[in-house]
Amino acid sequence: MNSKDTVASSNRLELCNITKAYAEGRKVLTNLSYTLNAGEYVAIMGESGVGKSTLLNLIAGLDTPDSGEIRINGIAISSLDDDAATRLRREQFGFIFQAFHVLPHLTLSQNVALPLLLNGVATDRVEQMLEQVGLQGRGHHFPRQLSGGELQRVAIARALIHRPKLVLADEPTGNLDPDTAHEILQLIRAEIKANDATAILVTHSHAAAATADRVLNLTKDGLHPVSAQ
Amino acid sequence: MKTASLSRWLLLGEWRAHWVQVMVALIAITIGVAMAFSIHLINTAAFNEFSAASKSLSGQSDLQVHGRKGFFDESLYPLLANTEGVALANPVLELDIAVPDKLQNRNDHKLKIIGIDMFRAARISPDLLGLPAEGKTLDRLASDTIFLSPAAMEWLQVEQDDLLQLHAGLETITLRVAGGLVRARMGQRIAVMDIGAAQWRFQQLGLLSRVELKLQDGINHAAFKAKLAEELGESYWVAELADQETRVANMSRAYRVNLNMLALVALFTGSFLVFSTQALSVIRRRQQFALLRVLGFTRQQLLRQMITEGAILGVIGSVLGLSLGYAIAVLAIQFLGGDLGSSFFPGIKPSIYFDPLTAWIFFLIGLMVTMSGSIMPALEAARAKPALALRSGSEDAAMSKLSPPWFALICLSLALLFTQLPPIFELPVFGYLAIALLLIGGIALMPRFAAWVFSVLLAKWRHARIGAVSTLALARLANAPNQAAIALGGILASFSLMVAMAIMVTSFRVSVNDWLGHVLPADLYVRAASLGDQGGFQSDAQKAIAELPGFDRVDFFRTQQLILDASRPEITLIARPIDQADPSNTIPMTDDMMAPAALPEDLAPIWVSEAMVDLYGYSVGKKVSLPIGATSNEFLVAGVWRDYGRQFGAVQMQLADYQKLTGDLSVNTVALWLQAGMILDEAIENLRRLPFGGALEISKSGDIRALSLEIFDRSFAVTYLLELVAVVIGLLGVAASFSAQTLARAKEFGMLRHIGVMRRQIFAILAAEGGLLTALGLVLGFVLGWGISLILVFIVNPQSFHWTMQLHLPWGWLAIIAVIMLVSAVLTALLAGRRAVSGNVIRAVREDW
Repeated sequence: MNSKDTVASSNRLELCNITKAYAEGRKVLTNLSYTLNAGEYVAIMGESGVGKSTLLNLIAGLDTPDSGEIRINGIAISSLDDDAATRLRREQFGFIFQAFHVLPHLTLSQNVALPLLLNGVATDRVEQMLEQVGLQGRGHHFPRQLSGGELQRVAIARALIHRPKLVLADEPTGNLDPDTAHEILQLIRAEIKANDATAILVTHSHAAAATADRVLNLTKDGLHPVSAQ
Repeated sequence: MKTASLSRWLLLGEWRAHWVQVMVALIAITIGVAMAFSIHLINTAAFNEFSAASKSLSGQSDLQVHGRKGFFDESLYPLLANTEGVALANPVLELDIAVPDKLQNRNDHKLKIIGIDMFRAARISPDLLGLPAEGKTLDRLASDTIFLSPAAMEWLQVEQDDLLQLHAGLETITLRVAGGLVRARMGQRIAVMDIGAAQWRFQQLGLLSRVELKLQDGINHAAFKAKLAEELGESYWVAELADQETRVANMSRAYRVNLNMLALVALFTGSFLVFSTQALSVIRRRQQFALLRVLGFTRQQLLRQMITEGAILGVIGSVLGLSLGYAIAVLAIQFLGGDLGSSFFPGIKPSIYFDPLTAWIFFLIGLMVTMSGSIMPALEAARAKPALALRSGSEDAAMSKLSPPWFALICLSLALLFTQLPPIFELPVFGYLAIALLLIGGIALMPRFAAWVFSVLLAKWRHARIGAVSTLALARLANAPNQAAIALGGILASFSLMVAMAIMVTSFRVSVNDWLGHVLPADLYVRAASLGDQGGFQSDAQKAIAELPGFDRVDFFRTQQLILDASRPEITLIARPIDQADPSNTIPMTDDMMAPAALPEDLAPIWVSEAMVDLYGYSVGKKVSLPIGATSNEFLVAGVWRDYGRQFGAVQMQLADYQKLTGDLSVNTVALWLQAGMILDEAIENLRRLPFGGALEISKSGDIRALSLEIFDRSFAVTYLLELVAVVIGLLGVAASFSAQTLARAKEFGMLRHIGVMRRQIFAILAAEGGLLTALGLVLGFVLGWGISLILVFIVNPQSFHWTMQLHLPWGWLAIIAVIMLVSAVLTALLAGRRAVSGNVIRAVREDW
């Protein structure tokens, strides 16, 4: 099944009674339900081990729930085979990791261009994207020549270059100092909004969460809105 | 103590986690040491046994007097016996006599018969005395009896009192086996007769091979030897036991050294594997080491840790290698014989002796090779700045320090220089060093070369929209060339050595084949068992053959052994009709020859083999003296020819010149050209019908050619085996380094899977990387191997064996091996990839350590 058939341009994300336990039997998510509307940018907070990252992996189709369904635009992700789920990620998702995961042997331009190459589209936007994240003229540099903040900028550019509909960010500023973290968070928000993408930010940081439209707290009982401080 | 515990934890942790890589490195060292040690053991055992067997024939004599032409008149004996200072003189006639039943084996059909004076031999070489049956003591002096060593009895399948038939010239002689010998070495095939009986029965009346001398007490051996040599003149040479040992050593030294070098190739390839295992292990643990350094581990501790890891591998691998090598040597001796299928040590049965000192040396070689593979990565790990090393992405830069370009260039320059240097002690020491340096330099230059090639490809294809898979594969190869080169080292080392050996063996085989075509132009070759100093065919026999119907042309050959230097094996003199107007019609000449018109009429020309040029300094146009005729005569070197049959030297001259100088009209071999329409078997039948037909050794030239090539192939069987071992070790290296690198890239693959790279695309990336890398390795391996083959063909072979050859490339065979290696490497990369991709994608990107 082609992901293009399954995902339309609007991106409603529905979590329906999701339950997930680790291999040793410990339940992390129990009957979790939530609906995220297109263009929303939410932050998910919660204690360590409560299942924030697990939830992101389930949404990305990298893991499957024990029960329940995750639907994007009405289509259950778990119904997709590995290839279709991979195509879905490739075309519609953008990922930002805590540890950047930039390929050390590719230049910055090549790293950023990866999603375009995978989708078989022109790579003209790379320089523009690098400029947007403040790395203009450094496309020929290698990751080893960059600071942590700069590496995360590359990761953001890579996550957004193909204009994904859903951006998943897992502790994107966990490895950065407060000033850089603030800069990066503003950048993420600006880019997500500019692309009109739906985004989920998983974080422990209140400051980071505050950049989202809404903040949710993940507990054993489910996702609960956190009132603004 | 606590540091020791930490060291142990680190070591065991690493080995537990990457036991496959550790096992592969261990296997490589074990096989390398085993091959080198077993070849050494076999060679040493064969050489010692051969040397001991030769010495046993000389008994307890102090000096021996030999004729330069092999045999000399027995009138010398009483003169020597009466020389002042001589306590005892023992005359000996030594003959290699053909055994009719064994003629089918051209290389091993002769029995060594020693004619001795029983009374004198009892004092100088008592082991050679015959043991007659009880009450038959006089059998020792009888003219129809022969005493055989146990090995000879077994070979001939006779017992005491059986009759034994032997060929002497064109006659068949029947002797009675009268018993065994007092003592003979295991496997030594010899027979003993009374000297008078031997002279008579084998038509050598009045001739001796040598006289053994026992000197009186208090005589200075060296001074006596020098004085005697001067008195006897140049027709004789006086030798001590040490001279004999040198001769035996010279005979097989080049062969033994070459085989040892080949065995070391396996160890050498193994050392690259250890290097790549250790280097990859260091790179993989770079951040761990940085953390340890941050936590307080000193540089020295880190260095010690890495070197200890290498040393433990070296100790275990070397000990296992020694055990395996000993076992291989014992089995090889049992199944292949002491000469490993070649013909350097015929008729001996050596037994393997475990010498602790030798074992210790090979243990140290194995250990040093392993340590040398560990030392560079260890130094890099210890020197790395923890703050930088903690960051990912600096691995490839770190590896670049392992192969600085200046090091590669120095190696290559030295290799070039060494190819221009002469041999040392007649061994191509600089040739071997040049090969090693070429290989090391080539491999060290690899990262730069790989980076350049793949960068060019990447840049060229960038605009061609080659897709993500190709871009990822090419970008990694172009931008992480050092890691790529590590995997390539094993491929490059083994493939280049294989290419070099294949080109050398093919060049040699094709040259030998062409040479056989040149030296065997006739349809039939007929030989008669030699008669000591005389050729087997006397004039009447020659006439009878020449008058047979059905032959277009009949050529007679007279061959003889000459000793020019007491410390070297005999050279061969071949007297035959030679087309003096154009000698290359008869002899396989090199380009080095005089114009026939320039030959003087008053000096007989000779054409010498390449070995004569190398060993005796002969050159075209030079006047040389040879012991041909009653005294030595002067000859003119008219040209140099190629001889693959006699590595110790050979001289060809006109039969007419030989007969004029010596008066000897006998010949050993007859070459016969059939008339058109004559059937080969009919011609053979005609020869057999001659009165002496039963004693003829008749060979079709095609059979001789086939047999020669069979012997050639057999003698290279060990070479092929060692080559195969090097290739297997190289492929193991590819497997180990691909697998290590792929596992180390789990994070990269995890990330790629996140952003939409499919599993099969990761396989495609790995296959493309493995394929491109191996293809480059094969291309470079070919270039490097071709360079090494030039050294083997044009330096090592001429300096070792004194023959040159023309270069021939076995394209088909090389292509097959290249395809096999390419497919193996791609499959290995895919197998390694399966493990990496089957891991948890989520966990791969989560962990930072």
